[in-house]
Amino acid sequence: MSLYLARRLLQAALVMLAMSLIVFVGVYAICDPVEILISPDADQMERERAIKALGLDLPLWMQYLSFLGNALRGDLGRSFVFNEPALQLILQRMPATLELALGATIMALVIGIPLGLYAGLKPKSFLSKTIMTGSILGFSLPTFWVGLMMIMVFAVQLGWLPSTGRGQTVEVLGLRWSFLTRDGLAHLAMPALNLALFKISLVIRLTRAGVRETMLMDFVKFARAKGLTNQRVIFVHVFKNIMIPVVTVVGLELGSTIAFSVVTESVFAWPGMGKLIIDSINVLDRPVIVAYLMIIVMMFITINLLVDLSYSALDPRVRLENK
Amino acid sequence: MSASSLPQGGLPTASVTGAPIKAETPFRRFVSEFFESKSAVVGLVVFVLAVTIALLAPFIAPQNPYDLAQLDIMDGRLEPGTVGGAGFTYWLGTDDQGRDMLSGIMYGLRISLAVGAGSAIVACLVGASLGLLAAYAGGKTDTVIMRLVDLQLSFPSILAALMILAFLGKGIMNVVLALVIVEWAYYARTVRGTALVERRREYIEAAQCLALPTWRVIFRHLLPNCLPPLIVVGTMQVARAIALEATLSFLGLGVPITEPSLGLLISNGYEYMLSGKYWISFYPGIALLVTIVSINLVGDHLRDVLNPRLKK
Repeated sequence: MSLYLARRLLQAALVMLAMSLIVFVGVYAICDPVEILISPDADQMERERAIKALGLDLPLWMQYLSFLGNALRGDLGRSFVFNEPALQLILQRMPATLELALGATIMALVIGIPLGLYAGLKPKSFLSKTIMTGSILGFSLPTFWVGLMMIMVFAVQLGWLPSTGRGQTVEVLGLRWSFLTRDGLAHLAMPALNLALFKISLVIRLTRAGVRETMLMDFVKFARAKGLTNQRVIFVHVFKNIMIPVVTVVGLELGSTIAFSVVTESVFAWPGMGKLIIDSINVLDRPVIVAYLMIIVMMFITINLLVDLSYSALDPRVRLENK
Repeated sequence: MSASSLPQGGLPTASVTGAPIKAETPFRRFVSEFFESKSAVVGLVVFVLAVTIALLAPFIAPQNPYDLAQLDIMDGRLEPGTVGGAGFTYWLGTDDQGRDMLSGIMYGLRISLAVGAGSAIVACLVGASLGLLAAYAGGKTDTVIMRLVDLQLSFPSILAALMILAFLGKGIMNVVLALVIVEWAYYARTVRGTALVERRREYIEAAQCLALPTWRVIFRHLLPNCLPPLIVVGTMQVARAIALEATLSFLGLGVPITEPSLGLLISNGYEYMLSGKYWISFYPGIALLVTIVSINLVGDHLRDVLNPRLKK
């Protein structure tokens, strides 16, 4: 186990290093930020002073080495636009994104599992077929367009929910959260549902497939033969087995939920990291782009590792040492 | 497809009247099986219609939305069905520049479909070649290629595309390139999976015994037998590419403003949404949705038809 963990951590570190190089060089390949950050009216002296202040005059490899050294100390550069440390800027916005992503994940589980269970237990019923058709739509609909339509219906036409922003927040543990206030929850509802749509479809399909497969297993027949109630068979024996793929996929999807929140945050003007990165790309705020990508990569590597570990905890048949 | 999978009664026979009946080939069987599903046929018809509209847009669109001389700024943001200053009806309304939305959608469809299909074809060529190579060569080559595939697939497509476009900037070719980089791995994985099974078959051994050049064994013998799953993945990936392009354009990272795809049209309507002018975003979205769903319907059924495991 510890050997496996050590190997995975080493692998993770290598991937991080490779990514930092790709990201850094890649971001430097785009056009000169000097053009954007320094006013065109500035004279030569001012330009040079600004270039020096931003460290843009050094050769590329020196800029990378100093970047890498600083990164190890947790300093990912200062934003050209906000003149604040990039890392701090992103971490400030991270709670909003995490709140959105977790809200979407919870919604996906709470809505997806019951619907999937029903569709799996009664595959022939009309409602099941409706659920399955709906899940195809969930896969096909472009998230951003659904978001716009939700704003149009619920915010503009019906006026039930606010269309943008986070609403009133409460400070807990030094971070601001929306889900603790009524106003915040109202602001969270639409973006979270929008982000959850794809995942709801996914959970429905996984649960349904799992139920249909597990219901035919011998141990289910045995449990029934023992005279257990239908409820106990489904919610204890079947449920445990279908949770393995669901947990894996939802766990793995948490990373992509955070990544896809870029779209939802842009639609609903949700002040998270996703909106920050889009704004930063548009003004070529390189330190923020680099810092964001590094943080996301790290997040991914951590999530993948955690999912693998929890997988082995859930399913004793998976033996990590043998990999 | 082996002879044992022929359905009963499907063997080629001459009819009693003497008129020759065409022999059943795998392709004809595939066609007849495909047309068994109504939803897939509807999907195919809609998709063909979308392609036709896209191809013929310059001839059938009521207005050329790129020709500034034809636009009247006074006709901006008109509701669907209004008769404009130029004397024809804007059936789907106009955008802020006074462009006819119907024409805009027809031209936008061109860009969206071209980007989607173009990136899928290139990604397929790259991915399938690498997948075949990985399966055929095995060993280190296989490990290196599949590691790359794993790395690529562990990142969500939107993030990878975002990263690439952050490096390259806007532009149609950049979007295509980004989509290719995001998608090749799906093809590589699919082809490798099939090719690993196929390369152990006797016909590959026979081809190798004939001392045919390696490229010939790979591309003339191995590749044709790996095609069915590749076609399925390819269809689905076209839909994904179109959706991803629309998303990127919506975020302002995709196609440039001079060549608006459906995603960019939707994005243009975003700011007018809150004042209730829904049509600027709504109709391009419907066009996008219908296109994607039609491709998915076809792909979904293709998967059933081309899956030998379901033939028993």
